[in-house]
Amino acid sequence: MSTVQSTRSELSAEVGERQVVTLTEHVVEIISDSGEGAQRCGQSFGAIAARTGNGVWTVEIIPAEIQPPARSVAGASGNRVRLGSGPITNGGDEADLVVAFNEQVLLGRVHARELKPGCTILLEDMWREHRDPRIAASYAETYDLLVAAGYRIIEVPMERECRTLVSDARRGKNMYALGMLCAIYQFDLGLAREQVALTFRKKTQALIDTNVTLLTAGYEWALANLDLAFHVPAAPTDQRQVVTNGNTALALGVVASGMEICSMYPITPATSASHYLSEIFPKVGGVVHQAEDEIAAATFAIGASYAGKCAVTITSGPGYSLKQEAIGLAVMAEIPLVVVNVQRGGPSTGQPTKVEQGDLLTSIFGSHGDAPKVVIAASSIEDCFYSIITARRIAETFNTVVVVLSDASLATAQQPYPRPEFDPAWLAPPVDQSHVPDGLQPYAWDETTGLSRRFTPGQPGGMYTLTGLAHDTSGSVAYDPDANEQGLHARSLKLAALQKTLRPPRVHGDESGDLLVIGWGGTRGAIEEAVDRLRAEGREVSSLHLRFLNPLPPGLKEIMAGFDQVMTVEANWSDRLDDPIIDETNRRYSALAMLLRSRYLVDVDTWSEVGGQPIKPGRVQRAILRKLDGR
Amino acid sequence: MIDLTHRSAAECLLRLHDERLEIEGFQKGVPRWCAGCGDNAVLTAAQRLLRDEGLRPEKTVFVSGIGCSSRFPHYMNTYGFHGIHGRALPVAEGIRLARPDLNVFVNTGDGDSFSIGAAHWIHAIRYNMRMVVMVHDNQIYGLTKKQASPTSPRGTRSNTTPRGSYLEGLNPLTVTLGVQNVSFVAQAADWIPEMLYEILQAAFHHDGLAFIRIVQRCPEWMPDNFDPWLHDPSRVQLLHHPSSLSISSSLASLFPNHLEHDPSDIHRAREIASSSDPLPVGILYHDPTVPRYDEIIRSEATHSSASVRRLLDAEFDKVAVTGGELDD
Ligand SMILES: Cc1ncc(C[n+]2csc(CCOP(=O)(O)OP(=O)(O)O)c2C)c(N)n1
Ligand code: SF4
Ligand SMILES: [Mg+2]
Repeated sequence: MSTVQSTRSELSAEVGERQVVTLTEHVVEIISDSGEGAQRCGQSFGAIAARTGNGVWTVEIIPAEIQPPARSVAGASGNRVRLGSGPITNGGDEADLVVAFNEQVLLGRVHARELKPGCTILLEDMWREHRDPRIAASYAETYDLLVAAGYRIIEVPMERECRTLVSDARRGKNMYALGMLCAIYQFDLGLAREQVALTFRKKTQALIDTNVTLLTAGYEWALANLDLAFHVPAAPTDQRQVVTNGNTALALGVVASGMEICSMYPITPATSASHYLSEIFPKVGGVVHQAEDEIAAATFAIGASYAGKCAVTITSGPGYSLKQEAIGLAVMAEIPLVVVNVQRGGPSTGQPTKVEQGDLLTSIFGSHGDAPKVVIAASSIEDCFYSIITARRIAETFNTVVVVLSDASLATAQQPYPRPEFDPAWLAPPVDQSHVPDGLQPYAWDETTGLSRRFTPGQPGGMYTLTGLAHDTSGSVAYDPDANEQGLHARSLKLAALQKTLRPPRVHGDESGDLLVIGWGGTRGAIEEAVDRLRAEGREVSSLHLRFLNPLPPGLKEIMAGFDQVMTVEANWSDRLDDPIIDETNRRYSALAMLLRSRYLVDVDTWSEVGGQPIKPGRVQRAILRKLDGR
Repeated sequence: MIDLTHRSAAECLLRLHDERLEIEGFQKGVPRWCAGCGDNAVLTAAQRLLRDEGLRPEKTVFVSGIGCSSRFPHYMNTYGFHGIHGRALPVAEGIRLARPDLNVFVNTGDGDSFSIGAAHWIHAIRYNMRMVVMVHDNQIYGLTKKQASPTSPRGTRSNTTPRGSYLEGLNPLTVTLGVQNVSFVAQAADWIPEMLYEILQAAFHHDGLAFIRIVQRCPEWMPDNFDPWLHDPSRVQLLHHPSSLSISSSLASLFPNHLEHDPSDIHRAREIASSSDPLPVGILYHDPTVPRYDEIIRSEATHSSASVRRLLDAEFDKVAVTGGELDD
């Protein structure tokens, strides 16, 4: 590594000649056709930034199709990397700098309004001289258009430069681009080389060497040819950190929770959690069962839980709908079960890869009859990890279903967070095989808490027949209405008992003011950033982010009372009052607003956006301003 | 997975001294099936099996779906799981995977398994996880009061098909025998308890998923359904083979129609399975060598606090941010 580090100092003189612009944060995008490696470039860039000590949030840019046609507006594939001096909790607003491998994917991002007006674009120039005159014309036309629109486009001969080093530049251009970015952002070339070696650690040494060569070439070319030089100072931290995306954190959470069985059926955007789990789970004797459908996945998990090994089933919207009857069974028969729903756009097949928080109410009220279950929502990548540990524990303590909500904005986003230190208390106790005390009944519901002790097959003296039919304390089918009501009562009490153990959530900002913004799930970073920006301008706004959605934590009413107005910010549908036929008598509010209004009789307003993209802090900021200024 | 089979030597020793339970030890409550319902015969056979095999009630689970037949676990003094319609098999699979030490039985109806649970039926055969599956096939939906089921013979008058059911009945045996990894297929009739018992016993000893279709009378809704076979015992064909079941002389005198069939011959098994008249009764197919999914997917590694810590450490190392300094 020492030779690598010396390269840095040799080049540092040249760096010194450029004007380095110091920034507190920047949003960078790398986009290409799918298969050209922009995602890997972006992820590596994010990792290098994180290792340098920057706050980082990366967002995958994913086309809807696996293999969209090359050079298509809808085909942009890549990564957004937001880096900052302090912690970064979301993908930010529009991009400041873009590296694009062709002008069509670039147009896609322009149309999606993801680029800051006038931002800098490093554009592959091979298309200008393309032998297909239509392609050359399209390139020139787009170039002129964007320049006229005020973007600063720098044409870069990435293809030509890479060709001098490798025969197929399609493979490798991404590392060349990574080298350019590292030079632009003053990252250490030695560190970058190390990261490339790590990225390709499963490949041959020859391939690693080629990629390091490309990286270095891109780095040197940028130093020699670009007058772009940014520096986002990194705050060094002693804290040991890890970088993962939300789905990886979920899978690690499953391992850390002590669960041994995950049954699932593939569905975007949840699947990658199970992919990763399939890779690592056998190392601790765990099993990922790919069931024949989601109903089987849920009932398989229920079988395992009933037999003493609390299991998890991981899914997304459509699969979550299919699991409803099984969830009701677990609630009714009081079987612990963890259900993870990585939400996507709905209803129906909806928008598989897009961001939406549309499943809150179905998570709380889903399944027929009164089926009280616990619902928690992860609000950060780190939270994805800990939520599963919490969920397993609650499921087994309260013998019920715990739904963990994540969403597409957390699933594939990456962020550094403090490295979790394993605590053996996270694991489940061994399967209880002790003799059941004489006379104890399987549903001996405690009068205050509704809790009862679960009997597990293998326990002598505990034989009973579990049923999804209404049952009495002995587990026998209850034909009389009183016994049925007793069961409903006990299952309901359990939620209240859990609520008594929760602490009131902490307000972000002052505990009183003009407006309280309440959110849940993956919007936390954007909401808190918007609030911070407005507070810096002197606005009296605070926010509250809920992790427990069912039961809601104590203290909410008191917190809300400290503010003149309350509004939720959510990524699910709410009717707009400027629609001519929408008024207070028919307006459908966003999910959390609906819950808060009905529970606390507080006039909670809502602002929501269902654009399929992570909600941007700037958009929240504007929504808050409109609310504060009564517009 | 923690292996619960060998939890403690003391526990095993204790078991040696345990008294074997009498049949009453496996009985619970009074079955609420109609008089003459074929489910009663299945219950008796299962209780005899548990007694004869000396099974511990707490180590035994009967799993069912919803239907008349799925009430079965309520009448067994073992652990029971009376779940939701059609899903007995995946529940049983989850139990089997979590607990290799338990004896797992499934009782399900023709609607439960061949209609709403059809996907699970096909896949359960393919998984071949160790369990005994008894399908009580009365060719009708009993509990919901007489609607046609997938196995109802064409022309069956039911409440949803008052002019007679439209389609030929599905043949569960040929379908099952067409599934990859099938390892044990048998057919029993509730009115031939001796064969029912022997089939159940062979199924219990099978190292995989044993599928038994039990032709079951429902006097309530299908009173004449099996009359041709009941009135003319020669229309029942008993299967026997030196490697499989033999037919007692008393049974042979009651049912004169016998067929020697080697249950390792799947082609012949499929031929026999395609006949409903004569009705084959016995073991159609048996291959003890088919791998079990519950064994294949279970990993060698043990689950412990130490192994979890090791794995988390290794995985977090791969994604660790080392900070500004390079550590050589
Ligand atoms: C999801 C669902 N759909 C429908 C029902 C109603 N239902 C209960 S049992 C049954 C059919 C039972 O027929 P079968 O499986 O043949 O059992 P049998 O009663 O004949 O033993 C139906 C349709 C249900 N309980 N759940
Ligand atoms: S309705 Fe038919 S299947 Fe159901 S209990 Fe009565 S006889 Fe048996
Ligand atoms: Mg039936």
